Amino acid sequence: MKNHAPPGKAFSSSLAVSDLWVTYANGVTAVREANFALRAGTITALVGVNGSGKSSLFKAIMGFLTPTRGTVMLSGKPVREALKAGLVAYVPQAEEVDWTFPVLVEDVVMMGRYGRMNLMRIPRAADRAAVSTALERVGLADLRKRQIGELSGGQRKRVFLARALAQESEIILLDEPFTGVDVKTENAIIALLRAMRDEGRLMLVSTHNLGSVPDFCDEVVLFNKTVLAQGPTATTFTEANLATAFGGSLRHIRLGGGALHDDDDDRRVTVLTDDERPLVLYGPRDAETLVKRPPEEPR
Amino acid sequence: MSLTALLVDPLAHGFMQRGLAAALLVALVCATLSCFLVLRGWSLMGDAVSHAVLPGIVMAHVLALPLTVGAFAAGLFTAWLTGKMAASSRIRPDAVMAILFSGMFALGLVLFLKVETDQHLTHILFGNMLGLEWGDVGEIALIALPTTLIVLAKRRDLLVAGFDPAHARAIGLSVSRLDSLLLILLALAIVAAMKAVGVLLVVAMLIAPGAIAALLTQRFDRMLPIAIGAAMLSSIAGAMLSFHADAATGPAIVVFQSVLVALAIALQRLKARRAATV
Repeated sequence: MKNHAPPGKAFSSSLAVSDLWVTYANGVTAVREANFALRAGTITALVGVNGSGKSSLFKAIMGFLTPTRGTVMLSGKPVREALKAGLVAYVPQAEEVDWTFPVLVEDVVMMGRYGRMNLMRIPRAADRAAVSTALERVGLADLRKRQIGELSGGQRKRVFLARALAQESEIILLDEPFTGVDVKTENAIIALLRAMRDEGRLMLVSTHNLGSVPDFCDEVVLFNKTVLAQGPTATTFTEANLATAFGGSLRHIRLGGGALHDDDDDRRVTVLTDDERPLVLYGPRDAETLVKRPPEEPR
Repeated sequence: MSLTALLVDPLAHGFMQRGLAAALLVALVCATLSCFLVLRGWSLMGDAVSHAVLPGIVMAHVLALPLTVGAFAAGLFTAWLTGKMAASSRIRPDAVMAILFSGMFALGLVLFLKVETDQHLTHILFGNMLGLEWGDVGEIALIALPTTLIVLAKRRDLLVAGFDPAHARAIGLSVSRLDSLLLILLALAIVAAMKAVGVLLVVAMLIAPGAIAALLTQRFDRMLPIAIGAAMLSSIAGAMLSFHADAATGPAIVVFQSVLVALAIALQRLKARRAATV
Protein backbone atom coordinates (compact mmCIF):
# COMPACT_ATOMS: atom_id res chain seq x y z
CA MET A 1 0.00 0.00 0.00
CA LYS A 2 1.93 2.94 -1.27
CA ASN A 3 0.40 5.74 0.73
CA HIS A 4 0.07 4.01 4.04
CA ALA A 5 3.01 5.23 6.08
CA PRO A 6 3.75 3.54 9.39
CA PRO A 7 3.97 5.95 12.35
CA GLY A 8 7.18 7.92 12.28
CA LYS A 9 7.74 7.69 8.54
CA ALA A 10 7.13 11.11 7.08
CA PHE A 11 5.09 11.91 4.01
CA SER A 12 6.77 14.30 1.62
CA SER A 13 3.61 16.33 1.26
CA SER A 14 3.45 20.09 0.88
CA LEU A 15 0.88 22.77 0.17
CA ALA A 16 1.89 25.95 -1.60
CA VAL A 17 -0.39 28.87 -2.40
CA SER A 18 1.21 31.59 -4.47
CA ASP A 19 -0.21 34.92 -5.57
CA LEU A 20 -3.74 33.54 -5.33
CA TRP A 21 -6.67 35.75 -6.34
CA VAL A 22 -10.33 34.75 -6.32
CA THR A 23 -12.82 37.19 -7.84
CA TYR A 24 -16.45 36.14 -8.27
CA ALA A 25 -18.65 36.93 -11.26
CA ASN A 26 -20.38 39.69 -9.27
CA GLY A 27 -17.04 41.51 -8.96
CA VAL A 28 -16.39 40.70 -5.30
CA THR A 29 -12.78 39.78 -4.66
CA ALA A 30 -12.73 37.20 -1.86
CA VAL A 31 -9.02 36.38 -1.91
CA ARG A 32 -6.27 38.76 -2.97
CA GLU A 33 -2.59 37.99 -3.38
CA ALA A 34 -2.52 35.13 -0.88
CA ASN A 35 0.85 33.46 -0.34
CA PHE A 36 1.75 30.72 2.09
CA ALA A 37 3.41 27.33 2.23
CA LEU A 38 2.84 24.40 4.58
CA ARG A 39 4.95 21.31 5.23
CA ALA A 40 4.26 17.69 6.09
CA GLY A 41 3.80 16.75 9.73
CA THR A 42 2.16 19.98 10.79
CA ILE A 43 -1.32 21.13 11.74
CA THR A 44 -2.07 24.66 10.59
CA ALA A 45 -5.05 26.72 11.70
CA LEU A 46 -6.61 28.99 9.11
CA VAL A 47 -8.14 31.69 11.27
CA GLY A 48 -10.34 34.58 10.20
CA VAL A 49 -13.74 36.17 10.72
CA ASN A 50 -16.83 34.99 8.86
CA GLY A 51 -16.69 36.53 5.41
CA SER A 52 -12.90 36.79 5.47
CA GLY A 53 -12.61 34.62 2.37
CA LYS A 54 -11.53 31.53 4.33
CA SER A 55 -14.01 29.29 2.57
CA SER A 56 -13.15 30.74 -0.85
CA LEU A 57 -9.51 29.97 -0.12
CA PHE A 58 -10.49 26.45 0.91
CA LYS A 59 -12.53 25.99 -2.25
CA ALA A 60 -9.62 27.17 -4.39
CA ILE A 61 -7.25 24.75 -2.64
CA MET A 62 -9.72 21.89 -3.23
CA GLY A 63 -10.23 22.93 -6.86
CA PHE A 64 -13.96 23.61 -6.30
CA LEU A 65 -13.45 27.01 -7.90
CA THR A 66 -10.88 28.24 -10.37
CA PRO A 67 -8.67 31.05 -9.11
CA THR A 68 -8.68 34.27 -11.09
CA ARG A 69 -4.92 34.37 -10.78
CA GLY A 70 -2.16 32.45 -9.07
CA THR A 71 -1.53 28.80 -8.32
CA VAL A 72 -2.13 26.14 -5.71
CA MET A 73 0.32 23.24 -5.65
CA LEU A 74 -0.33 20.12 -3.57
CA SER A 75 2.77 18.00 -3.02
CA GLY A 76 4.22 19.63 -6.13
CA LYS A 77 1.19 18.78 -8.29
CA PRO A 78 -1.56 21.03 -9.67
CA VAL A 79 -4.86 20.59 -7.78
CA ARG A 80 -6.68 18.46 -10.36
CA GLU A 81 -3.79 16.03 -10.63
CA ALA A 82 -3.43 15.82 -6.86
CA LEU A 83 -7.15 15.06 -6.45
CA LYS A 84 -7.01 12.34 -9.11
CA ALA A 85 -4.04 10.83 -7.30
CA GLY A 86 -6.08 10.71 -4.08
CA LEU A 87 -3.66 12.95 -2.18
CA VAL A 88 -6.31 15.14 -0.59
CA ALA A 89 -9.11 14.38 1.87
CA TYR A 90 -11.78 16.85 2.88
CA VAL A 91 -13.74 16.83 6.12
CA PRO A 92 -16.87 18.88 5.42
CA GLN A 93 -18.94 21.14 7.63
CA ALA A 94 -22.06 19.50 9.03
CA GLU A 95 -24.37 21.66 6.89
CA GLU A 96 -22.85 20.44 3.62
CA VAL A 97 -24.07 16.88 4.10
CA ASP A 98 -27.57 15.42 3.75
CA TRP A 99 -27.96 13.41 6.98
CA THR A 100 -31.20 11.72 5.91
CA PHE A 101 -29.40 9.76 3.16
CA PRO A 102 -29.82 6.01 3.51
CA VAL A 103 -26.12 5.34 4.07
CA LEU A 104 -24.55 3.54 7.03
CA VAL A 105 -21.47 4.70 8.91
CA GLU A 106 -19.38 2.04 7.16
CA ASP A 107 -20.74 3.10 3.76
CA VAL A 108 -19.54 6.66 4.33
CA VAL A 109 -16.07 5.49 5.37
CA MET A 110 -15.98 3.21 2.33
CA MET A 111 -16.53 6.30 0.15
CA GLY A 112 -12.98 7.25 1.13
CA ARG A 113 -11.81 4.21 -0.82
CA TYR A 114 -13.72 4.97 -4.04
CA GLY A 115 -10.76 6.73 -5.64
CA ARG A 116 -8.77 3.50 -5.33
CA MET A 117 -11.41 1.17 -6.70
CA ASN A 118 -12.26 0.24 -10.28
CA LEU A 119 -14.98 2.12 -12.18
CA MET A 120 -17.73 -0.05 -10.68
CA ARG A 121 -16.43 0.75 -7.15
CA ILE A 122 -16.49 -2.85 -6.01
CA PRO A 123 -14.65 -3.11 -2.67
CA ARG A 124 -11.81 -5.60 -2.24
CA ALA A 125 -10.49 -7.14 0.96
CA ALA A 126 -7.94 -4.32 1.32
CA ASP A 127 -10.72 -1.72 1.13
CA ARG A 128 -12.79 -3.50 3.81
CA ALA A 129 -9.73 -3.81 6.02
CA ALA A 130 -8.95 -0.10 5.66
CA VAL A 131 -12.54 0.78 6.62
CA SER A 132 -12.44 -1.45 9.72
CA THR A 133 -9.07 -0.06 10.82
CA ALA A 134 -10.22 3.52 10.35
CA LEU A 135 -13.46 2.92 12.30
CA GLU A 136 -11.55 1.34 15.16
CA ARG A 137 -9.11 4.24 15.30
CA VAL A 138 -11.87 6.80 15.72
CA GLY A 139 -13.72 4.55 18.17
CA LEU A 140 -16.82 3.96 16.06
CA ALA A 141 -16.44 0.25 15.29
CA ASP A 142 -19.57 -0.54 17.34
CA LEU A 143 -21.68 1.96 15.40
CA ARG A 144 -20.66 0.93 11.89
CA LYS A 145 -24.10 -0.42 10.96
CA ARG A 146 -25.95 2.73 12.08
CA GLN A 147 -27.53 5.10 9.61
CA ILE A 148 -25.36 8.23 9.54
CA GLY A 149 -28.14 10.55 10.76
CA GLU A 150 -28.58 8.52 13.97
CA LEU A 151 -25.19 9.66 15.27
CA SER A 152 -24.43 12.68 17.46
CA GLY A 153 -22.62 15.72 16.07
CA GLY A 154 -19.25 14.60 17.44
CA GLN A 155 -19.66 11.04 16.17
CA ARG A 156 -20.54 12.35 12.71
CA LYS A 157 -17.30 14.35 12.67
CA ARG A 158 -15.38 11.24 13.61
CA VAL A 159 -17.02 9.31 10.75
CA PHE A 160 -15.58 11.84 8.31
CA LEU A 161 -12.18 11.65 9.98
CA ALA A 162 -12.38 7.88 9.57
CA ARG A 163 -13.18 8.43 5.90
CA ALA A 164 -10.07 10.61 5.55
CA LEU A 165 -8.03 7.87 7.28
CA ALA A 166 -9.43 5.19 4.99
CA GLN A 167 -8.57 7.40 2.03
CA GLU A 168 -4.94 7.35 3.23
CA SER A 169 -4.43 10.90 2.01
CA GLU A 170 -1.37 12.86 2.94
CA ILE A 171 -3.12 16.22 2.89
CA ILE A 172 -6.31 16.73 4.91
CA LEU A 173 -8.47 19.85 4.93
CA LEU A 174 -10.95 20.26 7.78
CA ASP A 175 -13.69 22.88 7.69
CA GLU A 176 -14.77 24.02 11.17
CA PRO A 177 -14.28 20.61 12.79
CA PHE A 178 -15.53 21.73 16.21
CA THR A 179 -18.88 23.33 15.44
CA GLY A 180 -21.66 21.65 17.39
CA VAL A 181 -19.24 19.37 19.25
CA ASP A 182 -18.96 19.06 23.04
CA VAL A 183 -15.63 19.59 24.82
CA LYS A 184 -15.04 15.89 25.46
CA THR A 185 -15.47 15.04 21.77
CA GLU A 186 -13.39 18.06 20.82
CA ASN A 187 -10.52 16.67 22.89
CA ALA A 188 -10.93 13.24 21.32
CA ILE A 189 -10.80 14.80 17.85
CA ILE A 190 -7.74 16.86 18.80
CA ALA A 191 -5.94 13.72 20.06
CA LEU A 192 -6.74 12.01 16.76
CA LEU A 193 -5.54 14.96 14.69
CA ARG A 194 -2.27 15.05 16.63
CA ALA A 195 -1.74 11.34 16.01
CA MET A 196 -2.39 11.85 12.32
CA ARG A 197 0.07 14.72 12.28
CA ASP A 198 2.69 12.54 13.95
CA GLU A 199 2.33 10.11 11.05
CA GLY A 200 3.53 12.92 8.82
CA ARG A 201 0.28 14.19 7.36
CA LEU A 202 -0.28 17.82 6.48
CA MET A 203 -3.46 19.26 7.93
CA LEU A 204 -5.14 22.61 7.37
CA VAL A 205 -7.98 23.43 9.74
CA SER A 206 -10.33 26.30 9.04
CA THR A 207 -11.68 27.51 12.38
CA HIS A 208 -12.93 30.48 14.31
CA ASN A 209 -12.69 28.54 17.56
CA LEU A 210 -9.76 30.57 18.88
CA GLY A 211 -9.33 28.83 22.23
CA SER A 212 -8.50 25.42 20.83
CA VAL A 213 -5.93 26.66 18.30
CA PRO A 214 -2.95 26.70 20.73
CA ASP A 215 -3.94 23.22 21.91
CA PHE A 216 -3.23 21.43 18.68
CA CYS A 217 -2.03 23.73 15.91
CA ASP A 218 1.68 24.08 15.21
CA GLU A 219 1.24 26.91 12.78
CA VAL A 220 -1.30 29.64 12.20
CA VAL A 221 -2.37 31.48 9.08
CA LEU A 222 -4.34 34.60 10.00
CA PHE A 223 -6.52 35.49 7.08
CA ASN A 224 -8.67 38.36 5.95
CA LYS A 225 -8.88 38.47 2.14
CA THR A 226 -5.14 37.91 2.23
CA VAL A 227 -2.56 36.39 4.59
CA LEU A 228 -2.12 38.85 7.48
CA ALA A 229 0.40 36.74 9.36
CA GLN A 230 1.78 33.23 9.18
CA GLY A 231 4.10 31.37 11.49
CA PRO A 232 4.42 29.18 14.57
CA THR A 233 1.44 29.44 16.92
CA ALA A 234 3.51 30.67 19.88
CA THR A 235 4.80 33.73 18.06
CA THR A 236 2.03 34.42 15.53
CA PHE A 237 -1.11 33.80 17.55
CA THR A 238 -0.78 37.02 19.53
CA GLU A 239 -3.28 39.55 20.75
CA ALA A 240 -1.94 42.19 18.37
CA ASN A 241 -2.19 39.91 15.31
CA LEU A 242 -5.65 38.72 16.29
CA ALA A 243 -6.81 42.29 16.75
CA THR A 244 -5.69 43.00 13.16
CA ALA A 245 -7.34 39.87 11.81
CA PHE A 246 -10.63 40.28 13.59
CA GLY A 247 -10.94 44.04 13.85
CA GLY A 248 -13.67 44.84 16.34
CA SER A 249 -15.62 41.65 15.89
CA LEU A 250 -14.21 39.77 18.87
CA ARG A 251 -15.41 39.90 22.43
CA HIS A 252 -12.49 41.33 24.32
CA ILE A 253 -12.36 41.06 28.11
CA ARG A 254 -9.37 42.27 30.10
CA LEU A 255 -8.81 42.01 33.83
CA GLY A 256 -5.86 43.68 35.52
CA GLY A 257 -4.72 46.01 38.25
CA GLY A 258 -7.05 46.33 41.21
CA ALA A 259 -9.71 44.17 39.61
CA LEU A 260 -7.39 41.16 39.58
CA HIS A 261 -4.69 41.69 42.19
CA ASP A 262 -4.64 43.12 45.71
CA ASP A 263 -1.06 44.35 45.27
CA ASP A 264 0.54 46.31 42.42
CA ASP A 265 1.16 43.18 40.33
CA ASP A 266 0.78 44.42 36.74
CA ARG A 267 -0.02 41.04 35.24
CA ARG A 268 -3.44 40.87 33.61
CA VAL A 269 -5.86 38.38 32.10
CA THR A 270 -7.13 38.86 28.54
CA VAL A 271 -10.00 36.85 27.10
CA LEU A 272 -10.60 36.95 23.35
CA THR A 273 -13.62 35.13 22.03
CA ASP A 274 -16.19 35.10 19.29
CA ASP A 275 -18.48 33.15 21.59
CA GLU A 276 -16.86 29.78 21.02
CA ARG A 277 -14.11 28.55 23.35
CA PRO A 278 -12.25 31.74 24.38
CA LEU A 279 -8.58 32.49 24.04
CA VAL A 280 -7.07 33.35 27.43
CA LEU A 281 -3.79 35.23 27.89
CA TYR A 282 -2.12 36.05 31.19
CA GLY A 283 1.08 37.83 32.18
CA PRO A 284 2.78 41.20 32.63
CA ARG A 285 1.54 44.12 30.56
CA ASP A 286 2.37 43.67 26.85
CA ALA A 287 4.07 40.35 27.56
CA GLU A 288 1.01 38.19 28.15
CA THR A 289 1.34 34.60 27.05
CA LEU A 290 -1.16 31.93 26.14
CA VAL A 291 -2.73 30.14 29.07
CA LYS A 292 -2.47 26.45 28.24
CA ARG A 293 -5.19 24.26 29.59
CA PRO A 294 -4.00 21.29 31.62
CA PRO A 295 -4.14 18.11 29.51
CA GLU A 296 -7.48 16.37 29.84
CA GLU A 297 -7.66 13.13 31.76
CA PRO A 298 -8.05 10.25 29.32
CA ARG A 299 -11.51 8.75 29.63
CA MET B 1 -62.16 -17.45 -10.03
CA SER B 2 -59.05 -19.63 -9.66
CA LEU B 3 -55.54 -18.20 -9.47
CA THR B 4 -54.69 -19.52 -12.95
CA ALA B 5 -57.76 -17.90 -14.37
CA LEU B 6 -56.78 -14.68 -12.64
CA LEU B 7 -53.11 -14.54 -13.64
CA VAL B 8 -52.41 -16.95 -16.51
CA ASP B 9 -55.45 -16.76 -18.72
CA PRO B 10 -54.91 -13.11 -19.65
CA LEU B 11 -51.47 -14.04 -20.97
CA ALA B 12 -53.04 -16.20 -23.66
CA HIS B 13 -53.70 -12.94 -25.46
CA GLY B 14 -50.85 -11.43 -27.47
CA PHE B 15 -51.78 -7.87 -26.53
CA MET B 16 -51.53 -8.78 -22.84
CA GLN B 17 -48.11 -10.39 -23.34
CA ARG B 18 -46.82 -7.29 -25.09
CA GLY B 19 -48.42 -4.93 -22.59
CA LEU B 20 -47.03 -6.77 -19.59
CA ALA B 21 -43.54 -7.01 -21.10
CA ALA B 22 -43.57 -3.25 -21.74
CA ALA B 23 -44.93 -2.53 -18.26
CA LEU B 24 -42.17 -4.59 -16.61
CA LEU B 25 -39.42 -2.93 -18.66
CA VAL B 26 -40.75 0.53 -17.84
CA ALA B 27 -41.08 -0.44 -14.17
CA LEU B 28 -37.46 -1.59 -14.11
CA VAL B 29 -35.90 1.55 -15.60
CA CYS B 30 -38.15 4.05 -13.80
CA ALA B 31 -37.80 2.35 -10.40
CA THR B 32 -34.00 2.27 -10.68
CA LEU B 33 -33.85 5.96 -11.51
CA SER B 34 -36.48 6.91 -8.95
CA CYS B 35 -34.20 5.93 -6.06
CA PHE B 36 -31.75 8.64 -7.12
CA LEU B 37 -34.40 11.23 -7.97
CA VAL B 38 -36.06 10.87 -4.56
CA LEU B 39 -32.75 11.08 -2.69
CA ARG B 40 -31.57 14.10 -4.66
CA GLY B 41 -34.88 15.92 -4.27
CA TRP B 42 -35.17 15.86 -8.05
CA SER B 43 -38.72 14.48 -8.25
CA LEU B 44 -39.98 17.69 -9.85
CA MET B 45 -37.30 17.34 -12.52
CA GLY B 46 -39.01 14.15 -13.68
CA ASP B 47 -42.24 16.08 -13.86
CA ALA B 48 -40.62 18.90 -15.85
CA VAL B 49 -38.84 16.69 -18.35
CA SER B 50 -41.83 14.43 -18.98
CA HIS B 51 -44.21 17.31 -19.70
CA ALA B 52 -41.61 18.95 -21.89
CA VAL B 53 -41.38 16.05 -24.34
CA LEU B 54 -44.79 16.85 -25.85
CA PRO B 55 -43.62 19.69 -28.16
CA GLY B 56 -40.64 17.48 -29.08
CA ILE B 57 -42.98 14.76 -30.29
CA VAL B 58 -44.91 17.19 -32.49
CA MET B 59 -41.73 18.77 -33.86
CA ALA B 60 -40.31 15.34 -34.66
CA HIS B 61 -43.46 14.55 -36.61
CA VAL B 62 -43.15 17.80 -38.59
CA LEU B 63 -39.47 17.11 -39.34
CA ALA B 64 -40.18 13.44 -40.15
CA LEU B 65 -37.84 12.25 -37.40
CA PRO B 66 -38.50 9.31 -35.06
CA LEU B 67 -40.77 10.54 -32.26
CA THR B 68 -38.39 9.21 -29.63
CA VAL B 69 -35.61 11.43 -30.95
CA GLY B 70 -37.80 14.54 -30.73
CA ALA B 71 -39.01 13.59 -27.26
CA PHE B 72 -35.48 12.95 -26.01
CA ALA B 73 -34.15 16.22 -27.43
CA ALA B 74 -37.00 18.27 -25.95
CA GLY B 75 -36.59 16.57 -22.56
CA LEU B 76 -32.86 17.23 -22.44
CA PHE B 77 -33.32 20.82 -23.60
CA THR B 78 -35.73 21.48 -20.75
CA ALA B 79 -33.43 19.88 -18.17
CA TRP B 80 -30.54 22.00 -19.43
CA LEU B 81 -32.64 25.17 -19.49
CA THR B 82 -33.83 24.51 -15.94
CA GLY B 83 -30.24 24.37 -14.72
CA LYS B 84 -29.33 27.57 -16.59
CA MET B 85 -32.37 29.51 -15.39
CA ALA B 86 -32.05 28.38 -11.79
CA ALA B 87 -28.38 29.38 -11.73
CA SER B 88 -28.73 32.76 -13.38
CA SER B 89 -31.93 34.20 -11.98
CA ARG B 90 -33.42 34.89 -8.60
CA ILE B 91 -36.30 32.47 -9.16
CA ARG B 92 -36.04 29.29 -7.10
CA PRO B 93 -35.54 25.98 -8.97
CA ASP B 94 -39.02 24.68 -8.10
CA ALA B 95 -40.63 27.77 -9.61
CA VAL B 96 -38.36 27.56 -12.67
CA MET B 97 -39.38 23.94 -13.23
CA ALA B 98 -43.07 24.63 -12.72
CA ILE B 99 -42.96 27.49 -15.24
CA LEU B 100 -40.91 25.53 -17.75
CA PHE B 101 -42.91 22.33 -17.68
CA SER B 102 -46.31 23.97 -17.89
CA GLY B 103 -44.96 26.29 -20.60
CA MET B 104 -43.49 23.47 -22.66
CA PHE B 105 -46.61 21.36 -22.17
CA ALA B 106 -48.84 24.23 -23.29
CA LEU B 107 -46.60 24.80 -26.32
CA GLY B 108 -46.91 21.11 -27.10
CA LEU B 109 -50.72 21.28 -26.95
CA VAL B 110 -50.83 24.37 -29.18
CA LEU B 111 -48.54 22.70 -31.73
CA PHE B 112 -50.40 19.39 -31.51
CA LEU B 113 -53.75 20.99 -32.35
CA LYS B 114 -52.18 23.04 -35.17
CA VAL B 115 -50.26 20.21 -36.82
CA GLU B 116 -52.06 17.18 -38.26
CA THR B 117 -50.37 14.12 -36.79
CA ASP B 118 -51.27 10.47 -36.85
CA GLN B 119 -50.95 10.33 -33.06
CA HIS B 120 -53.73 10.21 -30.49
CA LEU B 121 -53.29 12.83 -27.80
CA THR B 122 -54.65 10.48 -25.14
CA HIS B 123 -52.08 7.84 -26.10
CA ILE B 124 -49.24 10.33 -25.68
CA LEU B 125 -50.61 11.58 -22.37
CA PHE B 126 -51.74 8.32 -20.79
CA GLY B 127 -50.06 5.63 -22.87
CA ASN B 128 -51.52 2.81 -24.90
CA MET B 129 -50.11 -0.20 -23.16
CA LEU B 130 -52.46 -2.79 -24.59
CA GLY B 131 -52.15 -1.46 -28.13
CA LEU B 132 -48.37 -1.97 -28.45
CA GLU B 133 -46.73 -3.98 -31.23
CA TRP B 134 -43.72 -6.23 -30.57
CA GLY B 135 -41.66 -3.64 -32.41
CA ASP B 136 -42.67 -1.04 -29.80
CA VAL B 137 -41.74 -3.42 -26.98
CA GLY B 138 -38.37 -3.99 -28.64
CA GLU B 139 -37.79 -0.25 -28.85
CA ILE B 140 -38.68 0.16 -25.18
CA ALA B 141 -36.27 -2.65 -24.26
CA LEU B 142 -33.54 -1.10 -26.40
CA ILE B 143 -33.71 2.12 -24.37
CA ALA B 144 -34.74 0.79 -20.96
CA LEU B 145 -32.20 -2.00 -20.51
CA PRO B 146 -28.99 -0.04 -21.30
CA THR B 147 -30.28 2.93 -19.25
CA THR B 148 -30.88 0.66 -16.26
CA LEU B 149 -27.45 -0.92 -16.63
CA ILE B 150 -25.70 2.47 -16.75
CA VAL B 151 -27.54 3.66 -13.62
CA LEU B 152 -26.62 0.45 -11.79
CA ALA B 153 -22.99 0.60 -12.89
CA LYS B 154 -22.65 4.23 -11.81
CA ARG B 155 -24.80 3.93 -8.67
CA ARG B 156 -22.00 4.49 -6.16
CA ASP B 157 -20.67 7.56 -7.98
CA LEU B 158 -24.19 8.99 -8.25
CA LEU B 159 -24.74 8.29 -4.56
CA VAL B 160 -21.58 10.01 -3.36
CA ALA B 161 -22.27 13.02 -5.61
CA GLY B 162 -25.68 13.37 -3.96
CA PHE B 163 -24.62 12.66 -0.39
CA ASP B 164 -21.41 14.67 -0.18
CA PRO B 165 -20.51 16.54 -3.40
CA ALA B 166 -17.38 18.04 -1.82
CA HIS B 167 -15.98 14.58 -1.15
CA ALA B 168 -16.93 13.48 -4.66
CA ARG B 169 -14.85 16.35 -6.04
CA ALA B 170 -12.04 15.65 -3.58
CA ILE B 171 -11.63 12.14 -4.98
CA GLY B 172 -11.52 13.51 -8.52
CA LEU B 173 -15.14 12.91 -9.63
CA SER B 174 -16.89 15.55 -11.72
CA VAL B 175 -20.17 16.29 -9.94
CA SER B 176 -21.54 18.38 -12.82
CA ARG B 177 -20.80 15.56 -15.24
CA LEU B 178 -22.60 13.06 -12.98
CA ASP B 179 -25.57 15.43 -12.69
CA SER B 180 -25.73 15.71 -16.48
CA LEU B 181 -25.52 11.94 -16.79
CA LEU B 182 -28.46 11.53 -14.42
CA LEU B 183 -30.52 14.02 -16.45
CA ILE B 184 -29.72 12.25 -19.73
CA LEU B 185 -30.71 8.91 -18.21
CA LEU B 186 -33.90 10.50 -16.87
CA ALA B 187 -34.82 11.77 -20.34
CA LEU B 188 -34.11 8.31 -21.77
CA ALA B 189 -36.32 6.62 -19.16
CA ILE B 190 -39.18 9.00 -19.96
CA VAL B 191 -38.83 8.34 -23.67
CA ALA B 192 -38.86 4.59 -23.00
CA ALA B 193 -41.98 4.87 -20.84
CA MET B 194 -43.83 7.27 -23.11
CA LYS B 195 -45.63 4.78 -25.36
CA ALA B 196 -46.57 2.48 -22.50
CA VAL B 197 -47.73 4.77 -19.70
CA GLY B 198 -47.75 8.20 -21.35
CA VAL B 199 -45.94 11.40 -20.41
CA LEU B 200 -48.30 12.31 -17.56
CA LEU B 201 -48.28 9.02 -15.68
CA VAL B 202 -44.55 8.36 -16.05
CA VAL B 203 -44.01 10.95 -13.31
CA ALA B 204 -45.63 8.64 -10.76
CA MET B 205 -43.45 5.74 -11.89
CA LEU B 206 -40.36 7.94 -11.47
CA ILE B 207 -41.23 8.90 -7.89
CA ALA B 208 -43.38 6.27 -6.16
CA PRO B 209 -40.98 3.27 -6.20
CA GLY B 210 -38.09 5.33 -4.80
CA ALA B 211 -40.37 6.82 -2.16
CA ILE B 212 -41.57 3.35 -1.11
CA ALA B 213 -37.98 2.12 -0.83
CA ALA B 214 -36.82 5.21 1.09
CA LEU B 215 -39.64 4.64 3.58
CA LEU B 216 -38.86 0.97 4.09
CA THR B 217 -35.07 0.90 4.41
CA GLN B 218 -32.08 2.92 5.65
CA ARG B 219 -29.67 1.10 3.35
CA PHE B 220 -29.16 2.31 -0.18
CA ASP B 221 -28.23 -1.12 -1.53
CA ARG B 222 -31.62 -2.41 -0.35
CA MET B 223 -33.50 0.53 -1.85
CA LEU B 224 -32.89 -0.61 -5.42
CA PRO B 225 -34.40 -4.13 -5.12
CA ILE B 226 -37.32 -2.82 -3.03
CA ALA B 227 -38.10 -0.08 -5.57
CA ILE B 228 -37.81 -2.43 -8.54
CA GLY B 229 -39.89 -5.11 -6.79
CA ALA B 230 -42.64 -2.66 -5.83
CA ALA B 231 -42.76 -1.22 -9.35
CA MET B 232 -42.92 -4.65 -11.01
CA LEU B 233 -45.59 -5.89 -8.60
CA SER B 234 -47.68 -2.82 -9.41
CA SER B 235 -47.19 -3.39 -13.14
CA ILE B 236 -48.41 -6.98 -12.95
CA ALA B 237 -51.32 -6.12 -10.66
CA GLY B 238 -52.30 -3.13 -12.78
CA ALA B 239 -52.18 -5.09 -16.03
CA MET B 240 -54.31 -7.89 -14.57
CA LEU B 241 -56.81 -5.48 -13.09
CA SER B 242 -57.12 -3.69 -16.40
CA PHE B 243 -57.78 -7.01 -18.16
CA HIS B 244 -60.41 -8.32 -15.76
CA ALA B 245 -62.09 -5.03 -14.93
CA ASP B 246 -61.62 -3.48 -18.37
CA ALA B 247 -59.78 -0.54 -16.79
CA ALA B 248 -57.10 1.68 -18.37
CA THR B 249 -53.77 -0.10 -17.84
CA GLY B 250 -51.35 2.80 -17.18
CA PRO B 251 -53.63 4.46 -14.62
CA ALA B 252 -54.31 1.08 -12.95
CA ILE B 253 -50.54 0.57 -12.45
CA VAL B 254 -50.17 4.03 -10.99
CA VAL B 255 -53.10 3.43 -8.63
CA PHE B 256 -51.38 0.27 -7.35
CA GLN B 257 -48.11 2.15 -6.83
CA SER B 258 -49.93 4.84 -4.86
CA VAL B 259 -51.54 2.17 -2.67
CA LEU B 260 -48.06 0.74 -2.00
CA VAL B 261 -46.79 4.19 -1.02
CA ALA B 262 -49.66 4.52 1.46
CA LEU B 263 -48.90 1.06 2.85
CA ALA B 264 -45.19 1.92 3.18
CA ILE B 265 -46.04 5.10 5.10
CA ALA B 266 -48.34 3.12 7.42
CA LEU B 267 -45.69 0.45 7.95
CA GLN B 268 -43.01 3.01 8.70
CA ARG B 269 -45.27 4.77 11.24
CA LEU B 270 -46.01 1.47 12.89
CA LYS B 271 -42.29 0.72 13.15
CA ALA B 272 -41.56 4.17 14.58
CA ARG B 273 -44.34 3.77 17.16
CA ARG B 274 -43.09 0.34 18.16
CA ALA B 275 -39.53 1.70 18.50
CA ALA B 276 -40.84 4.54 20.67
CA THR B 277 -42.69 2.22 23.08
CA VAL B 278 -39.78 -0.23 23.53
